[in-house]
Amino acid sequence: MRYDVIVIGAGVCGAMIARGLSGLKLKTALLEKAPDVAMGASKANSGIVHGGFDALPGTLKAELNVRGTALMKDVCRDLDVPFKNCGSLVVAFSEEDKATLEELAERGRKNGVPGVSIIGADKLRELEPNVAPEAVGALFCESSGIVCPYELTIGAAENAVKNGVDLKLGCKVTAIEATEDGFVVTTSTGAFECSYIVNAAGVYADEIARMVGDDSFRIIPRRGEYYLLDRTVGSLVSRTIFQCPNKMGKGVLVTPTVDGNLLVGPTSVDLTEGREDVSTTLEGLDKVARLGGRSVPKASVRDAITSFAGVRAHPDSNDFIIGVSEANPRFINAAGIESPGLSAAPAIAERVTEIVEELTGAQKNESFDPVREPVFRFRHATDAERAEAIEKNPAYGRIVCRCESVTEGEIIDAIKAGATDIDGVKRRTRAGMGRCQGGFCGSKVAELLAELAGAELNTVTKFGGESKLLYERTK
Amino acid sequence: MNERMTYDLVVVGGGPAGMAAALKARECGVENIALIERASELGGILEQCIHTGFGLTYFGQELSGPEYADRFIKLVDKTDIRVFTDTMVTDVSPEKVVTCVNKKDGLMKLQAKAVILAMGCRERPRGALNIVGTRPAGVMTAGTAQKYVNLDGYMPGKKVVILGSGDIGLIMARRMTLEGAEVKMVCELMPFSGGLTRNIVQCLNDFDIPLKLSTTVVKVYGDQRVTGVDIARVDEKLQPIPETIEHVECDTLMLSVGLIPENELTVGAGIPLDRVTRGAVVDELRQTEMPGVFACGNVLQVHDLVDFVTMESQIAGEGAARYIRGELSDPEYIRPETGFGVRYIVPQKINIKDKKDVKLYFRVGAIYNNPRVVLECDGQVLSSKKKIKVAPGEMEDVLIPASVFDSLTPESRITVRVEV
Ligand SMILES: Cc1cc2nc3c(=O)[nH]c(=O)nc-3n(C[C@H](O)[C@H](O)[C@H](O)COP(=O)(O)OP(=O)(O)OC[C@H]3O[C@@H](n4cnc5c(N)ncnc54)[C@H](O)[C@@H]3O)c2cc1C
Ligand SMILES: Cc1cc2nc3c(=O)[nH]c(=O)nc-3n(C[C@H](O)[C@H](O)[C@H](O)COP(=O)(O)OP(=O)(O)OC[C@H]3O[C@@H](n4cnc5c(N)ncnc54)[C@H](O)[C@@H]3O)c2cc1C
Repeated sequence: MRYDVIVIGAGVCGAMIARGLSGLKLKTALLEKAPDVAMGASKANSGIVHGGFDALPGTLKAELNVRGTALMKDVCRDLDVPFKNCGSLVVAFSEEDKATLEELAERGRKNGVPGVSIIGADKLRELEPNVAPEAVGALFCESSGIVCPYELTIGAAENAVKNGVDLKLGCKVTAIEATEDGFVVTTSTGAFECSYIVNAAGVYADEIARMVGDDSFRIIPRRGEYYLLDRTVGSLVSRTIFQCPNKMGKGVLVTPTVDGNLLVGPTSVDLTEGREDVSTTLEGLDKVARLGGRSVPKASVRDAITSFAGVRAHPDSNDFIIGVSEANPRFINAAGIESPGLSAAPAIAERVTEIVEELTGAQKNESFDPVREPVFRFRHATDAERAEAIEKNPAYGRIVCRCESVTEGEIIDAIKAGATDIDGVKRRTRAGMGRCQGGFCGSKVAELLAELAGAELNTVTKFGGESKLLYERTK
Repeated sequence: MNERMTYDLVVVGGGPAGMAAALKARECGVENIALIERASELGGILEQCIHTGFGLTYFGQELSGPEYADRFIKLVDKTDIRVFTDTMVTDVSPEKVVTCVNKKDGLMKLQAKAVILAMGCRERPRGALNIVGTRPAGVMTAGTAQKYVNLDGYMPGKKVVILGSGDIGLIMARRMTLEGAEVKMVCELMPFSGGLTRNIVQCLNDFDIPLKLSTTVVKVYGDQRVTGVDIARVDEKLQPIPETIEHVECDTLMLSVGLIPENELTVGAGIPLDRVTRGAVVDELRQTEMPGVFACGNVLQVHDLVDFVTMESQIAGEGAARYIRGELSDPEYIRPETGFGVRYIVPQKINIKDKKDVKLYFRVGAIYNNPRVVLECDGQVLSSKKKIKVAPGEMEDVLIPASVFDSLTPESRITVRVEV
């Protein structure tokens, strides 16, 4: 099979890029080594759509963050992804911090971030009564928001597929050979030819680049750990609360999530081995608990329902690497996409699409439809909508996940849309994401997965590979 | 949307609590009762408990979980109680409108005169514990494992470490062993087990499964399936002692670390909960702070034995019947107080105008040998009962005889304490 473009990596960037390319008359493939999309940094991050005052003026990070955030609302509407423009506050605890706020505000102005202001302690208290009483002021950014990062990735990938992209899961790129008019891409499931490659391989982007002789950058995997707190404390704050960066470090944030939980973290530790080591550590989680309590004292680990970690793809150049590689004019990097990569993703996709359009001279795809079929979510529906949905499809009348009110119908929808394991269903529907963490619904979800696959229950996995839930039958 | 339907009593949850409450209310003359259960059958968690040990107190007979449930299901079947299975209640409003959904009837709103909450409890998951490491398959609650083994007929693991010595964990230690798995140990954070003594003997000692007290799991290993865990002894503050960390190979970490009453609907209705029990605050009829809404069974307080659930639920059923008849006006409450050694008392308040025997159920905070359980009223000892042993794993009770209420005023103070 020959493609015009192969995109390597189905994180939020790869998926958004593939969707962007599906707006052109090109044959595009999206290759992902994991059994599902959004299995890298895009499933485990803070989910913040940053205003854009953090990155240094003149950097790609600054430019694409501001642009991406401006695009985010519409993208999320088109893809039916939860997004909330809740705003953020960088909280100062000292005079020194206050000086930093001025600096950040200035950077925000230079970067063109809308809606940035500095507020005093009283106003802060009024906006966020649960912020620590020691806080002396804050930088308020109205354009900042929160998004569900894995849903955005899933939505973008689904929409790309709808517009003609071939999504190949469990397909790991192992070698790339440059030919006269393109590449031969060798993968774990066979070889593909293509004219262009977009490298969106996250923490492995430098290894992929090296496959075509591009040795211009290094990725340093940098892990961040989190606590996720129960919904009962989800409204302790209504905006993202950052701590002011100072000589002690960047601090941790406390933020509501789009689903009403409270997220506290992340830490920042460079990994020396294992680029995908998302295990949590005692030191890491202790730090999260300690620092989080400093800005929002009531955000207590006692309300934790889970903890997790993600790994940032930190580039040694400190900025996003986006553009045609110097080593090969048909190879385009979208690499080093650490934070604010989620926020920037719509703009990164826009930029890469422009580059490909210019290189290929491809026409616009007239039948491109940017809209993803809306997903029925029982928990967000009104009683009237629920009644109507159940009438159409009785499976929406059976609740499987009690904590998050997820119905059998939604789980079946998710499996039909591509979820093949427990975690895939979880990220698409939230079944198992609530306070009992799948204790009740896990086995029911497994039954549905087995049933729809026509397989035995003990073939079901948590996230593919050998992550089996069950062994053989009992005696 | 379906039309609003009206019932005298709506019971939420068709486990042993809901069934006993509905039956009792029916027996007391309530005519128009709906019993709503989200599973496809009545019986609640009992359906997966195929071991015996149910009914000793209530029936004087040793039954399995399904057998115990079956007795009540048969009784319900014989009545005109309207049973909705496969139906999930999504909301209970202060006006006592119960919203529920199912595949057949869609979304229904049932208007009730009284509501009994009997939603049971769920197991605490890993997230609530401080276990670091990876997040592979093979970490599960003991209840989930029990369902896989007993209902689905699959082995959820072969080399098992169990954390927490709650009763479900103990029972699963035996069950997994009988099924051919190797249960390496049961670790318990506290210096004592939270399970019933009889379960420790019959499920661990009889199979030579070590019970490691003051020990916890601190880390999980394995990228895909669990490959092992680190365990550590804990100090008096329950903090792991780093020097004692020890690696144990296993493919399964089973959690039996406590149960949490499932009170989302209760909270949603605006009914206050007790900080310790995590169930509603109730009076002696198990009426919550919202008149006409009652709670019983594990949603009210976590019980060790279903027999007590049944008895408690009958109280609630009778209470609801009296409420519907309009007999519960103008109560005058006193709040029994927890003295030395006592963690909580249910009911949290007593109507002194009712002048009937009231049994107070409570749990102690630690193990006490040869103690006395003392019931005091305004500094006077009403009863002082000698016990061989009291432990946090076993619910205790003490009776306030009806005669006492004659001399009580709203200012009276009733205290339950342990004397060692
Ligand atoms: C702790 C943390 C917090 C963050 N917080 C924020 C935030 O609040 N706001 C924000 O804007 N950004 C945030 N980010 C950054 C954001 O998450 C990332 O920038 C974004 O998810 C990167 O997406 P990606 O698609 O580039 O990478 P990924 O999501 O990592 O995707 C790369 C994909 O490539 C695949 N792949 C790798 N090698 C191969 C191969 N050989 N063959 C096939 N496939 C391959 C991987 O499996 C993976 O799925 C955070 C990141 C972390 C880790
Ligand atoms: C913005 C944002 C919001 C999020 N909101 C939620 C949320 O509301 N709820 C939520 O759960 N996660 C939430 N997450 C976390 C999300 O689950 C992670 O991002 C992602 O799934 C991490 O994947 P993982 O494979 O590392 O861990 P996961 O697969 O997500 O690990 C999940 C958890 O599963 C539990 N677990 C492990 N084994 C079992 C088992 N056998 N049975 C039952 N439970 C088990 C563990 O407690 C573990 O913490 C959120 C993340 C982000 C970025």
